[in-house]
Amino acid sequence: MSEYSEHDVHRAVTDLEGKSTTAARIFDLRRIIGGLFVVYGIIVMIAGFTASDADIRKAQGVNINLWTGLGMLLLGLFFLAWLKLRPTAPPLPEETADEKPAP
Amino acid sequence: MQTPTYLAAELRLPTNGLDYTILGIYFAVVLGIGLAARRSVKTSLDFFLSGRSLPAWITGLAFISANLAATEILGMAANSAQYGAYTVHWYWIGAIPAMVFLGLVMMPFYYGSKVRSVPEFLLLRFDKGAHLLSSILFAFAAILIAGVNLYALAIVVEALLGWPQWVAIVVAGFFVLAYITLGGLSSAIYNEVLQFFVILAALIPITLLGLKKVGGWDGLTDKLSATHGHDFVTAWGGTGIGHANPLGANWLTIVLGLGFVLSFGYWTTNFAEVQRALSAKNLSAAQRTPLIAAFPKIFIVFLVMIPGLVAAVLVPKIGTPGSDLQYNDAIPYLMQELLPNGVLGIAVTGLLAAFMAGMAANVSSFNTVFTNDIWAKYVVTNREDAYYVRFGRLITAIGVLASVGTAFLASSFSNIMSYLQTLFSFFNVPMFVVFIVGMFWKRASAKSGLWGLLAGTVTAMVNYFVIYKQGIIGIPTDQGANFVSAIAGFVAGAVVMVAVSLFTEPKPAESLQGLVYGTRSPGVAEAPAAGDDAWYRKPALLGWGAVVLAAACYIPFSL
Repeated sequence: MSEYSEHDVHRAVTDLEGKSTTAARIFDLRRIIGGLFVVYGIIVMIAGFTASDADIRKAQGVNINLWTGLGMLLLGLFFLAWLKLRPTAPPLPEETADEKPAP
Repeated sequence: MQTPTYLAAELRLPTNGLDYTILGIYFAVVLGIGLAARRSVKTSLDFFLSGRSLPAWITGLAFISANLAATEILGMAANSAQYGAYTVHWYWIGAIPAMVFLGLVMMPFYYGSKVRSVPEFLLLRFDKGAHLLSSILFAFAAILIAGVNLYALAIVVEALLGWPQWVAIVVAGFFVLAYITLGGLSSAIYNEVLQFFVILAALIPITLLGLKKVGGWDGLTDKLSATHGHDFVTAWGGTGIGHANPLGANWLTIVLGLGFVLSFGYWTTNFAEVQRALSAKNLSAAQRTPLIAAFPKIFIVFLVMIPGLVAAVLVPKIGTPGSDLQYNDAIPYLMQELLPNGVLGIAVTGLLAAFMAGMAANVSSFNTVFTNDIWAKYVVTNREDAYYVRFGRLITAIGVLASVGTAFLASSFSNIMSYLQTLFSFFNVPMFVVFIVGMFWKRASAKSGLWGLLAGTVTAMVNYFVIYKQGIIGIPTDQGANFVSAIAGFVAGAVVMVAVSLFTEPKPAESLQGLVYGTRSPGVAEAPAAGDDAWYRKPALLGWGAVVLAAACYIPFSL
């Protein structure tokens, strides 16, 4: 009854996989996460360095901006370091053997 | 829009320019990801499934993030303020086993058969009837849930930031629309991963400062035991059959209803989740997607439950008529009380990002099902691939507009989470029963899929709207009724499938290759990619590790 079969899907998707450009052209997300968290970390840490007494009292005596900012900065640096140490493998011509180093 | 006051008006946050700068940077990055991902989209497979090329850590974090929408964060904190430590059930028994099952058992069939969506699998395993019905049900549910997210966002943003509701809806709708139409699933997934880290940066300070304010974990449990009773801070206290407890459910309905039916239905057949795994670059990465997600999921419960419990201590009357604060206000209340400018901006950004990611997950799965499963198979068939990319972008825009409309439907439930759970029990549970029977029982016939889906959906709805809402059987709470409806829908679907199968022709064995447990489809066998044989990438180890860890987490909450 259903003329649509497993083989049709297999053929269609394999065909599209061959033409797909995501693997070759997508940028590396680690750069974005790293960059954003370094920027956020610095901004929030500056807020921590200039925190008023009221700010610290509000946060139960903790300079929460300083600590959160530091945490975010370290996370950002982690992603940038990971990117540096394990860069994306350059896309192989045609044959999509994508054996990028994962974590 | 007339709405119940979802967040109390005095929750207005003292945001300043610094906080808005942080928020503005985030919106710029979101849009930038969409623009940059655009050049990676060439085929429909790129647009709808990222060309099946993403690494496991990205799909895994997107998998958890698609679930970690703001409705989940606020809703689970609300659950904790209302029901106490029972919230852990939604994570440890209500998520981990199902995620592991998806990764270890189901993913080889999903990924190996190369289907592009969950309904497409039903088309191969059953017939067009089951396929079309599940596609339409899913598309409908996805838009509805996207609408819930948008509506919740508008109310929260109005209360916290003072933006009029229509501004919040237009801004959030515009950004989601823009980045998905530009970059397709890749930009949705990339933004989800980004959101995951931002929401952690928001929730961790709230949780730690909240704990400090009430005197640490011991102070928290002592105070709650004194006011709410000891059961409030245990996982299983008072869940004996016949005992009354605030959740309105006993251990059997928790294990079967939440832990088995609802959770497996959501995690293993909800395409908004499964789609993330299908976009992974190979079978190993696809299997690891839900397994990598399981580990953060085990611990995220603390970041939503503790703020809810802290709020229950600080505002003992929360959620009752004697207080201005609703249960859903728990996290916004702590943001207002504890966070200075700076971290406050991060928290606001995280919350907004979580709303948008929750909506985007639904929109990006909706456009895939609508284009691949409804439009390309029944309406405009056999056009060139570029046509379907164009159509996908168009339907994304239409989907976003439709979810703006459905935002109005969300207004009648006070606890948004139970609204979502209700919907899931109506749409996902029958899907799950059809899957599980179809995947493990060769004899299940082509016709049985459609009838199982119909029977399960109708039974769950009848149980909820007639038997529970009309009070024919007394179930104390909405959540308890959800669990029972889910079990009823599951049983009805399974019985009908077996009955129909016995009276109709089985599918020929050769058409079931790679779709039913114990078969192997030709061409599925692919060599593992280099490095995938490292011990920490073994799916079985990751999966069982997550199960053991989740079980161990129960121990301190069971004493």
